[in-house]
Amino acid sequence: MRAPGGPEVSIGDVLLSVEDVSLSFGGVKAVSNVSFDIHKGEIRAIIGPNGAGKTSMLNIINGFYHPQQGHITFRGQTRSKMQPHEAAYGGIARTFQNVALFRGMTALDNIMAGRTLKMHSSFFWQLLRHGPAMREEVEHRHRVEEIIDFLKIQEIRRVPVGRLPYGLQKRVELGRALAMEPDLLLLDEPMAGMNLEEKEDMSRFILDVNDHYGTTIALIEHDMGVVMDLSDRVVVLDHGIKIADGTPNEIKGNQAVIDAYLGVAH
Amino acid sequence: MIHLIYQIFIDPFVQMGTAPDLLVQTLWEGLVAGVLYSLIALGFVLIFKASGVFNFAQGIMVVFAALTLVGFHEHGIPAYVALALTIAVMFGLAFAVERAMLRPLVNQPDIILFMATFGLTYFLIGFGELVFGGDPKVMIASQLGLPKGAVEIKMAGGFVSLQKIDIAAAIIASVMVAALAVFFQKTRVGRALRAVADSHKAALSVGISLEYIWVIVWFAAGLVALATGIMWGARSEVSFALEIIALKALPVLILGGFTSIPGAIIGGVIIGVGEKIGEFYWGPLLGSGIETWLAYVIALVFLLFRPQGLFGERIIERI
Amino acid sequence: MFYREVGQYKTNYSADMSVMPLLQDRVGIGIILFIAVVIIPYFGNAFLIQAIMIPFLVFSLAAIGLNLLTGYTGLLSLGTGAFMGVGAYACYKLTTYFPGVNILIWIVASGFFSAAVGVVFGLPSLRIKGFYLAVATLAAQFFLSWCFIRQPWFYNYNASGAIEVPTRTLFGIPVTGATAADATRYYVVLGIVVAMTWLASNLVHGRIGRMWMAVRDMDLAAELIGIRLLRTKLLAFAVSSFYCGVAGALLVFQWYGSAEPAVFDVNLSFFILFMVIIGGLGSLTGSYLGAALIFILPIVLRYIPPHLGIPIRPATVDHIQYMIIGALIVLFLIVEPNGLARLWQIGKQKLRVWPFPY
Repeated sequence: MRAPGGPEVSIGDVLLSVEDVSLSFGGVKAVSNVSFDIHKGEIRAIIGPNGAGKTSMLNIINGFYHPQQGHITFRGQTRSKMQPHEAAYGGIARTFQNVALFRGMTALDNIMAGRTLKMHSSFFWQLLRHGPAMREEVEHRHRVEEIIDFLKIQEIRRVPVGRLPYGLQKRVELGRALAMEPDLLLLDEPMAGMNLEEKEDMSRFILDVNDHYGTTIALIEHDMGVVMDLSDRVVVLDHGIKIADGTPNEIKGNQAVIDAYLGVAH
Repeated sequence: MIHLIYQIFIDPFVQMGTAPDLLVQTLWEGLVAGVLYSLIALGFVLIFKASGVFNFAQGIMVVFAALTLVGFHEHGIPAYVALALTIAVMFGLAFAVERAMLRPLVNQPDIILFMATFGLTYFLIGFGELVFGGDPKVMIASQLGLPKGAVEIKMAGGFVSLQKIDIAAAIIASVMVAALAVFFQKTRVGRALRAVADSHKAALSVGISLEYIWVIVWFAAGLVALATGIMWGARSEVSFALEIIALKALPVLILGGFTSIPGAIIGGVIIGVGEKIGEFYWGPLLGSGIETWLAYVIALVFLLFRPQGLFGERIIERI
Repeated sequence: MFYREVGQYKTNYSADMSVMPLLQDRVGIGIILFIAVVIIPYFGNAFLIQAIMIPFLVFSLAAIGLNLLTGYTGLLSLGTGAFMGVGAYACYKLTTYFPGVNILIWIVASGFFSAAVGVVFGLPSLRIKGFYLAVATLAAQFFLSWCFIRQPWFYNYNASGAIEVPTRTLFGIPVTGATAADATRYYVVLGIVVAMTWLASNLVHGRIGRMWMAVRDMDLAAELIGIRLLRTKLLAFAVSSFYCGVAGALLVFQWYGSAEPAVFDVNLSFFILFMVIIGGLGSLTGSYLGAALIFILPIVLRYIPPHLGIPIRPATVDHIQYMIIGALIVLFLIVEPNGLARLWQIGKQKLRVWPFPY
């Protein structure tokens, strides 16, 4: 359910589907036989109590963790294992719970780093910083500046990210993920640690990303208000098992979800 | 070509078979060298276990301790008094290092502390050479009551000669290892050390004083260094060349893991024996002196198959 | 008041992304180059050129090489000395086999040999990280040192075990060997070092520099934005070793004139590492500053006290040098882990508002 008055985004076929995936670390089963899909253009929320396996799920989609069982089908291609850089080149980008920015670099450089997979000029021209290398730098700078304008972080371009406040760091990280022009954007608790105003800003950005760029989004989030407002469909995990899957309204009323996670209003 | 294969894969084993006494001799030499490497590695493990600092200066501490002991004796101080004074000096060193280096760097990433120990190493090299001079010195082995001479065992058509000092070294090292293992497991201070190694913050919150622990640990490492220096100096001589040899403790740590006391022993023995056997039987093929790098290459090959070493824990990175 | 960027507007991205956007910086570099190219050779005496400037430039180049690997990519290497040795010996063998070819070509070509060796010893970096990788580089250091000492092919089987630099000319002017003039050798070194610094600067300001720094800062995240870790690390090893190799060749061919294998030992590796730590990890300027400090220090120690009337023995100078360097390392890591380069930047910031306090 979207906030009323927002533009309609057409939601298409299945972009990514997770089929019967299981993952364990040593003796701990993080994810057990989970299956769900994500449609093109939608915003899919993954919710559940701590330790439910949500981040592990994202890590699997990303190619970080390799499930012992099950497959992922992305854009028609089915794989049981993916390397992280394959995911990147395939059009999957993500942000992290604990901001994973490159602390030694400025905000601008971090976002420019996100363009790396689109840069192809040879080593020779890079040595000279001329010709094709320079043209490429300028061209990608244009695109990065669009993202900077979109996220309203112009003033902090040249600030080393380690010095930025948490909320801005999260925005820069979002910018870096957007720079990859992904088809699927995975957001791991993008609102964590934010106050109400920052959450509203971030929600607006997420919606705009989905509207303007048509990016499909999967997000892990604990704030139920955000989940209700932003998402088209929700998957609920608990102890590594999927316990519900449907629209936000369906989830709100689902008894199993209420017992495991939501609780009842007193 | 066939000749080469014979030389590499067959001949050394033939040699081992036809002169088993030489083989045993080489194995023994390797064992002794390995025990000494493990003593140095033990010093590393102590400090790493309790503070997460990889003390590159452990090698120079061995040299420094030995030089201090000999230096005191040269000035006419009787052997055991000199020993006591040296122990005091090592305590002073631990205290100074904690104050001047560890405390200011307390929250820095490990790699910064590692590099700081480089600085400490070079400082001690310069300081040691300034105070004691650069010439090699003779360890006061007999004055300390360490045995001289050799034990000869007849076997397999020849004989094997075991230096008494080497036997003493092996025994003393075993005793030290056992004592340290008991110390860590059973005593209150040992438990505190293990707590600090796990988490500084948690240890602080239960009232363990980090500075106190660090001084204790560096002092303990200093004692181990002193013992190593005495043993090693007694076998050859006391000189700054020992510092480079001490770098060999690094492959030992790779094999044995950075936090395991038994690992340091096993790693040391593997490296020591591997080196000596390699040098004696395969060395002449390549041109002698392969001892200088064989240990590192062994460790490197090991790392490729098991990046966490023999005893280390698998590092699972979580994001 | 003089070092302000007010008034210097950039109207396109290309200008904004230039390596030295501020006019004052460009003027500063121009002055330094002018001093280096004109003033020093003309006014400087043989001592200044031979014993100070040439080695300073050579060590700066090696420090840049190590900085690319350790400072920018975060891969700690203790094998710098050995890689410099590979360059030196490669150059020696190349010019032995092909004496007619221009020695400058061989000096640069020797970098490629060093790069190849660097890549081989960098392969473990796929599986091994941090301290462990440092130990792997020690394996390279000790193995290569052993080769230089024990494999007579490297020093053309001559009895002393050392290599002697033959005389080579360029356009009829002796460039290496005993007859080469100080000024000639100075210009060769200066030219090569300045050119290679410019290339390194281009690299680190562009895509490749960002890739290296991403690997350094958080390699897992770097992978996720599409950076191929092994390739990026191997590239760092290759480029870094190239620079160290050329520096090694210059060290022998343009400074020492001869070399014993002991020159390229683990102590040299540590010295270059100290230059990089003190100068500033991840800064090209820092490489120069660190090389200056570490290299000039013993010279100062050796010559100033006698001038002031304090007697000091050469051996004592060595010892005090080690102590001071060791203490400086610890001091810098405590006070300013980003080294002299950061101090220099802070200085420039103060210059922005000078003479006002803020």
